[in-house]
Amino acid sequence: MNAIRETWLVFRHNTRIALRQKAGIVFGVLQPLLYLVLFGPLFATIGTWETLLPGLLAQVALFSAGLAGFGIVFDARSGVLERLRVTPARRTALLLGRVLSSSLTLLVQSVMLLGAGYAFGMRAPLPGVLAGLVLMALLGVGLAALSNAIALTMDPDAFAPIMTTGVVPLVLLSGAFLPMSMAPAWLDAISRATPFRYVVEAVRDLFAGRYATWTVAAGAAVTAGLTVACVVVGTRVFNRENA
Amino acid sequence: MIKTSGLSKTFKGGVRAVTGVDLTVEAGEIVGFLGPNGAGKTTTMRMLTTLLRPTAGAATVAGHDLVTDPRGVRRRIGYVSQGGGVGPFDPVGEELELHAMLYGMRPAQARERVAETLERLDLAPLADRTGGTLSGGQRRRFDLAFGLVHRPTLLFLDEPTTGLDPQSRAALWDHIRRLREEDGLTVFLSTHYLDEADTLADRLIIIDHGAVVAEGAPAELKGGTGTLDDAFLAITGRSLREDGEAAASGARGAA
Ligand SMILES: Nc1ncnc2c1ncn2[C@@H]1O[C@H](COP(=O)(O)OP(=O)(O)OP(=O)(O)O)[C@@H](O)[C@H]1O
Ligand SMILES: [Mg+2]
Repeated sequence: MNAIRETWLVFRHNTRIALRQKAGIVFGVLQPLLYLVLFGPLFATIGTWETLLPGLLAQVALFSAGLAGFGIVFDARSGVLERLRVTPARRTALLLGRVLSSSLTLLVQSVMLLGAGYAFGMRAPLPGVLAGLVLMALLGVGLAALSNAIALTMDPDAFAPIMTTGVVPLVLLSGAFLPMSMAPAWLDAISRATPFRYVVEAVRDLFAGRYATWTVAAGAAVTAGLTVACVVVGTRVFNRENA
Repeated sequence: MIKTSGLSKTFKGGVRAVTGVDLTVEAGEIVGFLGPNGAGKTTTMRMLTTLLRPTAGAATVAGHDLVTDPRGVRRRIGYVSQGGGVGPFDPVGEELELHAMLYGMRPAQARERVAETLERLDLAPLADRTGGTLSGGQRRRFDLAFGLVHRPTLLFLDEPTTGLDPQSRAALWDHIRRLREEDGLTVFLSTHYLDEADTLADRLIIIDHGAVVAEGAPAELKGGTGTLDDAFLAITGRSLREDGEAAASGARGAA
């Protein structure tokens, strides 16, 4: 049996489970939705919805895919992971199927968020939004892979508190809530060292209908690079765990 | 079916869990793997099922080399771990279907095989339940279903009957014997129930402090009049493992 079919089987299984737990999907997107409803109208007085939504997408990516490792902690504890590891399925497929499913969940959540954005008055062009979603899906794969790797490496009890706290500065430094061009120089400098800023800025350009810009190119390159690096690390860790 | 030489595992932190195990299991045998708590049974099984990389030694399992062809090994074995592998949230029937398909079965075949396995283990009415709603013994029987659904040639069972009621235990024994007779299944099982080892196994291997200390047919080990319990205690000593270990090697007590 080939790797693609194995990945597909694991993906389908995890997706079925994820879609069944509708509360989990809604819960993952709840925080950005609250920002959209309770902070968005305020933001819209000085900025635009097309500026805010990309930031909220970064927030949902970090909180949803970035915390995907929770699932693997559970599976490791209940012995499900070991049971799957004894099947002939490639271990890379076990990880990738899982990660792709997390990415799909993120995509669903992103679409929910964008729907609400349109309802509140966002006017982003469809091609730009679709391109933004492609970046989100890629980012979701990378973040979920990294999150799984961290979950498998770290003390499982420490995973939840450290990760839920750790993603907050990453969201803030991405300039999700206010563009980093408004920041003092030192904050701007730190922000430039985090990858998510480039993604957010690229999606902002896309949502404004500017496609062929250096910002878009940089964001796409950073997203692709980050995703490849995270998947490589994730696969390494997942294969190394026991034997 | 299994042949190991010098199989060893030293965990990070220095715990020498298995220290050079040499054992052989022939096709069609039911072998009981006995030993006190912490003797190294689970560690040995986890190495033989490709879950742990040995730190030394070699093994051939079901015709494939453990280290160079782990997927070849995995294709032909089934493993029921000591802790089980039933997730709390997902319907067990669905999990079983995925499990079967990961062995290459087509969906229709997987469904058929799952239904048949559940039927045999008297689990059919529970297939739609989630793991969390099952009783401990029911969950244990599902663990067995996971180990058997793909019809392995070699089955590893790590304390499969712990927590089962006498009916389920007897049923499991019958089931294992039948699989051996009908399909020539080879079984390598650990247990702390010496009556179980006595009735079920053709041959026993006793491990202590990470090394094989005795092996033979139950009757041989008993040596005529005594019980298997007497023989076991004579071979492995009477001290409780935590104490004995602390004396033997300071590192172990920490785990
Ligand atoms: N991951 C690990 N890291 C460090 N030490 C370990 C690890 N797993 C097991 N050990 C140690 O290795 C030794 C053998 O453990 P193992 O689980 O193989 O024993 P066992 O014979 O299966 O015992 P039991 O009958 O209690 O199940 C023990 O001292 C245990 O504490
Ligand atoms: Mg054990």
